[in-house]
Amino acid sequence: MTLLELEDVTASYGPVQVLDGVSLSVPENGAFGILGANGAGKTTTLRAISGAVRTGGRIVFDGKDISGMRPDQVAALGIAHVPEGRGSFGDLTVRENLRVGAYLRKDRKGVDEDIDYCLDLFPNLQDRIRSNASALSGGEQQMLAVARAIMSKPRMLLLDEASLGLAPSTAKNVYDAIRRLRLESGIAMVVVEQNANLAFTLVDSATVLETGRSVLTGTSAELKGMDEIRRAYLGG
Amino acid sequence: MEKFVQLVVDGLSTGSVYAALALAIVLVHSATGLINFAQGGMAVLAAYVAWVLTNQGVPLVLAILASILFSFLLGAVLERFLMRRFERGDPDTAVVVTIGLLTLVTGIAGWLWGYNNQQFPSLFPLDTVSVLGVSVSVRSIGTTVVIVVAMVAVQALFVGTKLGLALRAVAINPQSAAYSGLPVERLLMVGWGIAAVLGAVAGALVAPQLTLTPGMLDNALVYALAAVILGGLTSPVGVVVAAWLIGVLENLAAVYVGFIGFDLKVAVPFILIFVVLIVRPQGLFGRKTVVRV
Repeated sequence: MTLLELEDVTASYGPVQVLDGVSLSVPENGAFGILGANGAGKTTTLRAISGAVRTGGRIVFDGKDISGMRPDQVAALGIAHVPEGRGSFGDLTVRENLRVGAYLRKDRKGVDEDIDYCLDLFPNLQDRIRSNASALSGGEQQMLAVARAIMSKPRMLLLDEASLGLAPSTAKNVYDAIRRLRLESGIAMVVVEQNANLAFTLVDSATVLETGRSVLTGTSAELKGMDEIRRAYLGG
Repeated sequence: MEKFVQLVVDGLSTGSVYAALALAIVLVHSATGLINFAQGGMAVLAAYVAWVLTNQGVPLVLAILASILFSFLLGAVLERFLMRRFERGDPDTAVVVTIGLLTLVTGIAGWLWGYNNQQFPSLFPLDTVSVLGVSVSVRSIGTTVVIVVAMVAVQALFVGTKLGLALRAVAINPQSAAYSGLPVERLLMVGWGIAAVLGAVAGALVAPQLTLTPGMLDNALVYALAAVILGGLTSPVGVVVAAWLIGVLENLAAVYVGFIGFDLKVAVPFILIFVVLIVRPQGLFGRKTVVRV
């Protein structure tokens, strides 16, 4: 059963067309990767899903056309966006950041349980729970961003460059935790990632974007086997 | 001694008026990241609304409550139809817009009601009571108490409630807040509305003392901004304490420091700001913000 479907989605920033026909389909519980070079439109694709840019084409989530909705309305449907740059609330503590993530929820007890779950998933955050988010390291801020998204109890996670600017071992830790989250919760995911090796540890299938278009879509196994993918994105 | 206590109490009372405006400024800053220079002008407008109503025979308390409601709506409407166009852009532009708004609001008040001083009835009786052997006006005590209540309410709003947390989150990172499902635009309207309510309280407290004119709060705004810098932009308690400090020191300096006198007392808060900015740039109670690049 398809949870998210993009059909020929276009988007522009002013006169500059950034997306020129992106199509993809993510099944319930699936994890889908978006690969491509800088400026190919990966981040814009996620922003299009979240309603942060004006789009053309069709974006259907859970059978409902969501194109033209505001970001907070999209979030209310169960899509949690972990933005590029992590989007932490610097002057709020780690716990307050998590509470902001749970803003739409009414179940106090469930929220407290999920805070505990996040701290179990990212033990580094445990010691920093009272610190301001601005005092965290880059890796910890990335963990906080993922945790904040989990707090909304989403059906789908949009992950934008979760490894950007992190040391390789930290990036691996973050992805290990996200894989565990996927296994335990079944949250569907759309994953934008420069580091294709890392992406393939998480996603079942992926699409390659070039100048705002999907040029190639396949399962992880198929894509990993292709020479041009290996040369361009996997370093040999 | 009696004179000293009298000066301190009067200082607390004038300081309370600066504090009310300063709290409103802190609230808007916490909710939108902007300094709203029009805060005083909006408060004057609210005071005029209350004044017009009392002239129609409406009881004072009801008139003030109505002006508070009017202010909430005014704040929300100004945010929705004016400030929203500038919030996403350069913050400097938005601040200049609020300065323009101050001029506009003052002009509108002058156009509607003229520039003559109008008598505004006092919320508190003009009696004095004896405290520690010193006679203190009930108005001073009442004004101070109202401000303490407002301060506690604002602090509780920010620290203890979901709405307060949401307002702070929106100010820090509106995009990220929207991704978490916060209705950013509605929250900004509410933030402006609540700040305008605080302004209306300040207007009603100060109007009987200063008599109502369109520029009634222009001076108070300058002191309020001084209190905001002194106390720290992030701390409701801090700005109130700073506002009291300014009110009291200003009074004491005028009387006890010969060369200052009543002509130079306006300089006192600025000397304080100057010293504080050198020693503690984040204000006496403010938190240091760390920017990571």
